[in-house]
Amino acid sequence: MSEQVTVKEAVEVKVEKKEALFSKKNKRLLADPMDDSNPITVQVLGVCSALAITVQVEQAIVMSLSVIAVLAIGNVLVSLLRHAIPARIRIIVQLVIVATLVILVDQILQAFAYDVSKKLSVFVGLIITNCIIMGRLEAFAMANKPWQALLDGLGNGAAYGMILVVVAVFREFFGSGKLFGVQLVPDAFYEAGYMNNNMMILPPMALIVVGLIIWFQRGRNTKLIEDH
Amino acid sequence: MQFLRDILDKARPNFEKGGKLEKFLPAFDAMETFMFVPGHAAQRGSHIRDGIDMKRTMITVVLAMIPCLLFGIWNAGHQHYLALGQFLNAGDGMAEKILFGMGKVLPIVIVAYGAGLTVEFIAAIIRKEQVNEGFLVSGMLIPLIMPVDVPLWMVAVATIFAVIIGKEVFGGTGMNIMNPALTARAFLFFAYPTKMSGDKVWVNTGTETGEAVVDAYSGETPLSQAIESGNNVTTVTGDPLSFMDMFLGFMPGSVGETSTLACLIGGLILLVTGIGSWRIMLSVFVGGAVMAMIFNAVAVNPFMEVDAQTQLVMGGFAFGAVFMATDPVTAAQTNTGKYIYGFLIGLFAIMIRVFNPAYPEGMMLAILFLNVMAPLIDHYVIQANIKRRLNRVKAA
Repeated sequence: MSEQVTVKEAVEVKVEKKEALFSKKNKRLLADPMDDSNPITVQVLGVCSALAITVQVEQAIVMSLSVIAVLAIGNVLVSLLRHAIPARIRIIVQLVIVATLVILVDQILQAFAYDVSKKLSVFVGLIITNCIIMGRLEAFAMANKPWQALLDGLGNGAAYGMILVVVAVFREFFGSGKLFGVQLVPDAFYEAGYMNNNMMILPPMALIVVGLIIWFQRGRNTKLIEDH
Repeated sequence: MQFLRDILDKARPNFEKGGKLEKFLPAFDAMETFMFVPGHAAQRGSHIRDGIDMKRTMITVVLAMIPCLLFGIWNAGHQHYLALGQFLNAGDGMAEKILFGMGKVLPIVIVAYGAGLTVEFIAAIIRKEQVNEGFLVSGMLIPLIMPVDVPLWMVAVATIFAVIIGKEVFGGTGMNIMNPALTARAFLFFAYPTKMSGDKVWVNTGTETGEAVVDAYSGETPLSQAIESGNNVTTVTGDPLSFMDMFLGFMPGSVGETSTLACLIGGLILLVTGIGSWRIMLSVFVGGAVMAMIFNAVAVNPFMEVDAQTQLVMGGFAFGAVFMATDPVTAAQTNTGKYIYGFLIGLFAIMIRVFNPAYPEGMMLAILFLNVMAPLIDHYVIQANIKRRLNRVKAA
């Protein structure tokens, strides 16, 4: 299914010469990933990191911002270079660009948000392998102009972040009774016998929460349901 | 009876198409078929293979669990009074023990049925389908695999989780991949480990004024004692526990699992009525015994030295073999597959017990694992059969 989506979008979006910056088509580049072509819930890309760093909302937000930055800038760079990149080695060139950006993001995090960077540990470095990034570079940026590529990058990054934060809210609230590290479940509840759900801290529950989001989304948006 | 029939007949128009309560037809239908034999008949031709329908199958399984439930109720009281140093003999204080056990176990049963059936009714109304009988069994299984002291709200949360995630998302009764009752237990086991394992939860040690827990008391189950002491396990008061005591079930553990005898009576009912598969039950026990004997031969730690027959009566092995592994929806479907499926459950259950003391009851994880693997086993059994017959055709 994911292939279908990427193939469809690989076809160059035809833009008229003097198109407005936020024409209908361009707005859809931003809006579509939120629902109809959501990278996590519809294309099922980038799930690994969605399971790994959604225990706390803070981590999820920092991770989303990092991915948005890498994806948007990477998309623009690849789009600018798209006529100069030889087709045979395009994956390597894309990887070099992404790797450079990820190292930049990692350094910035270590310099200005050391605690979060320590908690995210290897997962910042692993943004390089996030399938969403390679997917967008290969399927969209290689065939579109920089402005569209930027919008596409922002849209997909934000959609990824949206799911991450929703999952993280569930997991942090039920798993440790907190949001952003602030305890929300009153002590009286704990005294009355309420307990934090340990399973929410474990990755399998993140998978189940993502599944529930997919269920909810398809219940609302019936055109996503495949025919059998 | 006629008067019940009259009430139902009068109420029916309200629920039929165009009626005021049209949406609640599944609920009405469930109540009606619960009380009377359903009036549905095949439109043409005859379809009857057997007089037994789903409702009767499920009720038979629930009946088969009654010995376990009754013993569990008595044992909850027995263990409680043992810990307090009262009514030390099994025969003493029958009434007190049963009363105490009912006060502990029946609320769990009620909560499990209440929470589960609510979800089932809501799901049926949303789907506009009939309410299915599948939950009758799960609702009875869930209380039997809980510790006596489990908080009731946890039972409710686990039941709701198991029915929605374990069953309804896959399409309801008959479509689930994993046994819903075990899903509920696994959920609790990982979500609230302090309430589902350890030595505090298996025996109720609540005291009233003038009572005190005896000095020698230890709430460890034989399973967790065996890690240190191998065959020499004791009761909660420190007396040695013989094989016969464990077979009869005079030990701490989940409500319904302790008595192998009660499980076997239930198993007999399932076998005589043809509802449980003897292939699965037999091969689970064989698998467990084989693994235990292999461990006996190696025996590098106390748990490995535990006799094969003792392994089979400890913990929930017998209960799992009789009631969980034989679940027709989640088990392997082919006859050869059933042998493999059952054998591997027994094998893994003992292996998990011995190798990973953090998961004292390997039976739950072994059955869930093999539930997931069952379709794969069936696939290879069927492929092997096709290959064999193709060869025969080629040879001819």
